[in-house]
Amino acid sequence: MMAQSLQFWSDLSPLVWFGLKFAQVLAFVLVLSLMVAVLVLADRKIWAAVQMRRGPNVVGAFGLLQTIADALKFFFKEIIVPSGADKFLFILAPVLTLVMAFLSWGVIPVAPGWVISDINLGVLYVLAISSMGVYGIIIGGWASNSKYPFMGALRSAAQMVSYEVSIGFIILSVIFLVGSMNLTDIVEAQKGGLFNWHMFYLDFKNPINLILFPVMFYMGVLFFVSALAESNRPPFDLPEAESELVAGYQVEYSSTPFLMYFFGEYVNIMLLSAMMTILFLGGWYAPIDIGIQFVPPVFWFILKMAIIFFLFAMVKAIVPRYRYDQLMRLGWKVFLPMSLFAVMFISTWVVFFGEKAVGV
Amino acid sequence: MITAIAFYLLAAVSVASAFMVIASRNPVHSVMFLILTFFSAAGLFILMGAEFLALLLIMVYVGAVAVLFLFVVMMLEVDFVALKQGFLQYIGLGATVAVVLLTELILVGAAYFAGDGNTATPPNPDESNLEAFGHVLYTDYAFFFEASGFILLVAMIGAIVLTLRERDGVRKQDISKQIARTREDAVEMVDLKSGEGIGS
Repeated sequence: MMAQSLQFWSDLSPLVWFGLKFAQVLAFVLVLSLMVAVLVLADRKIWAAVQMRRGPNVVGAFGLLQTIADALKFFFKEIIVPSGADKFLFILAPVLTLVMAFLSWGVIPVAPGWVISDINLGVLYVLAISSMGVYGIIIGGWASNSKYPFMGALRSAAQMVSYEVSIGFIILSVIFLVGSMNLTDIVEAQKGGLFNWHMFYLDFKNPINLILFPVMFYMGVLFFVSALAESNRPPFDLPEAESELVAGYQVEYSSTPFLMYFFGEYVNIMLLSAMMTILFLGGWYAPIDIGIQFVPPVFWFILKMAIIFFLFAMVKAIVPRYRYDQLMRLGWKVFLPMSLFAVMFISTWVVFFGEKAVGV
Repeated sequence: MITAIAFYLLAAVSVASAFMVIASRNPVHSVMFLILTFFSAAGLFILMGAEFLALLLIMVYVGAVAVLFLFVVMMLEVDFVALKQGFLQYIGLGATVAVVLLTELILVGAAYFAGDGNTATPPNPDESNLEAFGHVLYTDYAFFFEASGFILLVAMIGAIVLTLRERDGVRKQDISKQIARTREDAVEMVDLKSGEGIGS
């Protein structure tokens, strides 16, 4: 499958290649935007259901058009730039957030061959781009020239940088296990049913592999919690803690720039669910390997993403907000040592028991 | 053709933004231009086929180092007019550094063109960037690799020691103690008659 698709792309003339790639990028952007609209509504509906409310139910059937209506409202409002603000950076910041959020999707494979660019260093690319995402927040907070956004931006930047470290180590443990940084290879390594997924890695044929299960399961849980912190979702939404900071770094933003922040945030949440799906939950593979598949692989990918997003929404509804020092303690004193230990453990396992182990 | 256009664009942007780092009046803008310079340099690396180095440059310098720069610059309350006042007294030092750098660059360029002009060929062309790095780093240069890691560790411990400050009377939380607390330690049920307080 892989080789075929590569052959297909290299046979094209440059102009056709450009046209097809452009169409592919456009398709990704359009589908992602549509999914954001659905996710925002789903988020609000789940939140409402937990609190025994109805949630948005007026615009369209079951409130399906609520997000579209909200987006239109933001579009048609006036863009207000505070008088003391740095105008250029003030507008640049939300654009940067949105662009960086979409940019990472360039290497995410959603089905065999369904990827814009299948590069060897895919994981590193995602990490590099997501480390750029913090600039949208920090610039926005500074350019507003106001105290609350600035405090929010500093808190948010410190939080994202802290959790990026442990996310990096968690991803590293998966990379060691697979032996490749290519996201497609990482998914391919997990084919053959539920017990080959990294989060539920139970290889009964080879009992020495069973010791991987507790570590990898724990890494999966850590990745999920780190993803919550990385995307500034509750219970780690300290940057925009309503009761302390009004709305954090986006206090001064209104209209379309605010919409861009909001949009970028949800695209990032989708990216983290997609990364979780790829790294730990077997990507596009079905949980039960029965040979013939009746549904396209992309269905499984979307389904897994939706389940993870449902967990995101449930956490938002159920868990109370962390205090800032507790958040930092969790990141640096719990997650970092644990993920570091896992990296050491997995690499030791790879050296002594893995497929390319010494002396086997 | 497209590679040439990309090269000249990235090179021009990186030179221009490097100039703007020292030319712009606002230090935050300077840092932003520095980030743009890093980014263009990463683009140049990709054009040369060193995509691993390029991504590492973005991750380490843009994603971490420049964020710290921004933090520091944003927190400082600097009077820019006062900062510009003694500007010219550093011109001697600055000029010396500039001349030394320029000489070095010219020497390197001259040495490159005076030689056969060939760059070293990779020992195994099929190998990916990452594998090539790994094979060299953990075999031929293992000592230097570990030594640089050790230097970084020492620097990290040094920074922690410098900023560590013990103060008396600071009330710290003991998380395990908090979690170990039972209901009996914290809550006491008292039956009150109306009209009487809890006072003894």
